[in-house]
Amino acid sequence: MNGVHDMGGMDGFGKVEAEPNEPMFHTRWESRVLAMVRAMGAAGAFNIDMSRFFRESLRPDVYLASSYYKKWFLGLEDMLIARGFIGKAEVEKGHASEPGKTLKRGKFTVDQVERIMVRGKFGRDAQAPAKFKAGDKVRARNIHPLTHTRLPRYVRGHVGVVERDHGVQVFPDSAANDAGENPQWLYTVVFDGTELWGPDSDASVKISIDAFEPYLEKA
Amino acid sequence: MSGHHHDHDHHHDHDHSELSETQLRVRALETVLTEKGYVDPKALDAIVEAYETKIGPRNGAAVVARAWVDPAFKKALLADATKAVATLGHVARTGDHLIAVENTPTTHNMIVCTLCSCYPWEVLGLPPVWYKAAPYRSRAVKDPRGVLADFGVSVPRDTEIRVWDSTAETRFLVLPMRPAGTEGWSEDQLAELVTRDSMIGTGFPKQPGAPS
Repeated sequence: MNGVHDMGGMDGFGKVEAEPNEPMFHTRWESRVLAMVRAMGAAGAFNIDMSRFFRESLRPDVYLASSYYKKWFLGLEDMLIARGFIGKAEVEKGHASEPGKTLKRGKFTVDQVERIMVRGKFGRDAQAPAKFKAGDKVRARNIHPLTHTRLPRYVRGHVGVVERDHGVQVFPDSAANDAGENPQWLYTVVFDGTELWGPDSDASVKISIDAFEPYLEKA
Repeated sequence: MSGHHHDHDHHHDHDHSELSETQLRVRALETVLTEKGYVDPKALDAIVEAYETKIGPRNGAAVVARAWVDPAFKKALLADATKAVATLGHVARTGDHLIAVENTPTTHNMIVCTLCSCYPWEVLGLPPVWYKAAPYRSRAVKDPRGVLADFGVSVPRDTEIRVWDSTAETRFLVLPMRPAGTEGWSEDQLAELVTRDSMIGTGFPKQPGAPS
């Protein structure tokens, strides 16, 4: 979706301001939100692409005005309600009124914490030979899906060069819609800064994205 | 997705009434998830503790320091960072598709996630707020030198700046250049010079003898 989360190349957000001696969490609730997202994901209530899609689907004014963990919280609550794990009335009341649904991997307990400290595996077996190889010129397709995609707007329609392939991985555009993993070849594609930002931009800049094969066409 | 009508116009949740409202809502959700039998609150405590104690940029600094002293390790790291990092006993297990990119006198690498906040947690810890916020995400791909200037950093005009937008489940770690004047230093001494920002590409390692 062409959401406000797709920020690459936007102007007007001001300077980057680093906070000296930044704490890992600014309030206790931030740490609880992180833990709930990790636990419910690990228990199988959703996958990472769904959770990104729900955050992207927050209203743009809410997205921009909310802190990072506030977005995580709002996205988590919306997603668990939409997927039927909790009821809106339950969160409003602050108590469960019905028993829980079955989770794919069961209740999240202490003995599973070790497992989630390592990222999940996204590599899959190839379904078809790779269409592109390092050195190929490719164009990022001019597509505008209404659902989740990892093809940022700022590269669409532009020509770059395949630099390396990362094998075949879960395709977020499918997984986010609960439409299966639909694994696809993944490539690093590098663009000249001037191709993306015009002839007056800094010619010493190159930008790469990691692009799934359906995002690309031969150029 | 409406109904979140208490959000204010500013970027942080520093307003006390909103803070307590969010706090209450987070607590309510945790209670509901617990009562429905989805999570054990003790497991949530353990997750938070693991993030607070087990991951952080010191893991990445150890990787960089080893690469600076051991050419065979550096070669392996650039070929397959996940595999190479796994051979270091003192660094936590690492997920698949970690990619180390090397700074050289002709190329400076910078990492961003324009779409969300993808970041190599196992080697750098949780990302700082600025990495996840709009100013960095919007400008890093269009005006990387301007972003570097915000950090007080400048890279020579004839050095190529390569920005890696983390749009998939690949994760990137910058291997910064080893500071001059560190010949004969131990891995532990070198690791002290490796800053988090130098591994994101928004900074350089500390110089030997510079105040820490």
